[in-house]
Amino acid sequence: MKILVTIKRVEDYESKIKVKPDNSWIVTDGVNYRANPFDEIAVEEALRLRDTNMPSEVVVVSVGPAAAAAEIRSGLAMGADRGILVKHDAFVDSDGVARVLKAVIDAEKPDLVLMGKQAVDVDDNVAGQLLAEYLGWGQATFASKKESLESPEEKAKKPGIRLTADKKSAQVAREVDGGLEILEVQLPAIVTVDLRLNVPRYASLPNIMKAKKKPIAEMTPQQLGVDVVPKVKVVKVESPPQRAAGVKVPDVQTLVQKLHSEAKVI
Amino acid sequence: MATILVVAEQSNGHLKKATLSALTAAQQVAKNTGANIAGVVIGAGAGQAAQDLAAYGIPVHVVEGAAFEHALAETHSAAAAEVAKKAGAGEVVIAATAYGKDIAPRIAAKLGAGLASDVLAIVGANQFKRAMWAGNAIATVEVTTPMKVVTVRATEFGAAQKGQAAGTVTPAQVSAPQPKTKFVEFNEVKSARPELTEARVVVSGGRGTKGDFKPIEQLADVLNAAVGASRAVVDAGWQPNDLQVGQTGKVVAPQLYVAAGISGAIQHLAGMKGSKTIVAINKDAEAPIFQVADYGLVADLFKALPEMAEAVKKLQ
Ligand SMILES: Cc1cc2nc3c(=O)[nH]c(=O)nc-3n(C[C@H](O)[C@H](O)[C@H](O)COP(=O)(O)OP(=O)(O)OC[C@H]3O[C@@H](n4cnc5c(N)ncnc54)[C@H](O)[C@@H]3O)c2cc1C
Ligand SMILES: Nc1ncnc2c1ncn2[C@@H]1O[C@H](COP(=O)(O)O)[C@@H](O)[C@H]1O
Repeated sequence: MKILVTIKRVEDYESKIKVKPDNSWIVTDGVNYRANPFDEIAVEEALRLRDTNMPSEVVVVSVGPAAAAAEIRSGLAMGADRGILVKHDAFVDSDGVARVLKAVIDAEKPDLVLMGKQAVDVDDNVAGQLLAEYLGWGQATFASKKESLESPEEKAKKPGIRLTADKKSAQVAREVDGGLEILEVQLPAIVTVDLRLNVPRYASLPNIMKAKKKPIAEMTPQQLGVDVVPKVKVVKVESPPQRAAGVKVPDVQTLVQKLHSEAKVI
Repeated sequence: MATILVVAEQSNGHLKKATLSALTAAQQVAKNTGANIAGVVIGAGAGQAAQDLAAYGIPVHVVEGAAFEHALAETHSAAAAEVAKKAGAGEVVIAATAYGKDIAPRIAAKLGAGLASDVLAIVGANQFKRAMWAGNAIATVEVTTPMKVVTVRATEFGAAQKGQAAGTVTPAQVSAPQPKTKFVEFNEVKSARPELTEARVVVSGGRGTKGDFKPIEQLADVLNAAVGASRAVVDAGWQPNDLQVGQTGKVVAPQLYVAAGISGAIQHLAGMKGSKTIVAINKDAEAPIFQVADYGLVADLFKALPEMAEAVKKLQ
């Protein structure tokens, strides 16, 4: 089967994020970049599915600046087979990303598309669902698994997404409000992944070396015939309101007394 | 005049409280634009939940029937989009719950609408505030399309007030698409405690609990509180995923949030910074959680929480 996985280049969540003085965007100087953590989980799941369903192929796709080739390489170093970079320097909103991905998918015709549930820069949580609708496919969002990340299944690197016997559908456990829902979705389908689906592998040194030789095809939204003028523009970026500094209390008695008579919450 | 359509969330005839926050957001938009508000309730039990929603003084459309029994994104988004078109809606508003996040983008794609997600505030007719980079920045976004879909963060909008006269409830005739997705089962996490996102008090535990949530639950019992958890706890399988508070879990804003054995990573703070009063209990005086806590106690949670439960009991 052919599995397509999307990877977004995002600011490293360990970097300090500060707003620019002119409120146009965040300061990017000195910020590190990496693959969106949810997308790494999507790559890991794709690799597990590939390796239990040979022959199969995993293709990683990113929409972004030339530098996003680094995040595609990181997916290839984890074990993906080849990459596609749709180059665009300016901001592309999640809707633009979904329409670009539709064009790529129309050409690639994968059996399954795995995406992160949300990009940790824009925190949108919409691209997968938009793409599913544009393609007219079924979707299973927020994929998780019943077993914990410390379970024997996880240690054995079993995929959490289970293909049915005829390989025409997949069963997906989803994290929803109030519990875990199981859906069966016909392939091809869009699955967006949550944090508890798996623990992504680290790339080994030999695999990093091998990844350097794997092919990355490059194209542009224009070549794909997609207009990426955003439907949703970011007009201003501000720092979040700061909470006033609190106090340290010496003991439980003082704490409870303050909660009672000062904060009046108990 | 344009209409704003509020897509309600319900389960088994019970209207979810987050819907009333979505209604408040819609009322704020309507105040700017003079639009009318209508509601739509979809799925098994929709008729009953629609009565509840209509009590807020808006006309409500009902979509029921076997095809819509389960909350499948394909069928529910199709129904909502069709009702939106028939009602001549210029804007669709939904609470940014798991359900809302699942269906809103598909509605937007069907309507050719731009989508502002997880909105914190209405700035104007086309502009909305929303958090980015785990709450490290607040962006003002502008939806440039004539049609708009907005999902709203329920904790940022109070529940709407009941209207003087109830609105009408009418069944909507919509076509049932053939979904490519099938519901298999729902493994519900049952709890006698208040719902995490609606509770007045939340007591959350982190990795510092080492998986032993008894002290957390004891305190939650005396405070009639919901129990929350950090990602570390949920990843380890110590507590169900449904309890995770943070950037990728639930966003809560109770009157009182007690964080015990939680370090205070930015992704956790993203889900609880809006709480009125924050208490942090941590062994490590340098833990970042103390930077957002109104009251910080440097202590072992296994000693402090039972003591706190006793002290609260004495007050009652
Ligand atoms: C993309 C992404 C999304 C994420 N989303 C979320 C999210 O939604 N929610 C979330 O919570 N995290 C999230 N995280 C994880 C987050 O970065 C932290 O790893 C996590 O919050 C840490 O959990 P913790 O505070 O329980 O554990 P730790 O950071 O290990 O902290 C444990 C704390 O317990 C204290 N402690 C230990 N023993 C005791 C004791 N006996 N008494 C008192 N204190 C004690 C320690 O001093 C320490 O401060 C996300 C991470 C990423 C990358
Ligand atoms: N520029 C991009 N390139 C590749 N994938 C993307 C891009 N933007 C979003 N995605 C994918 O869509 C998911 C959801 O993103 P979003 O809806 O924008 O929060 C991410 O986890 C990625 O898998």
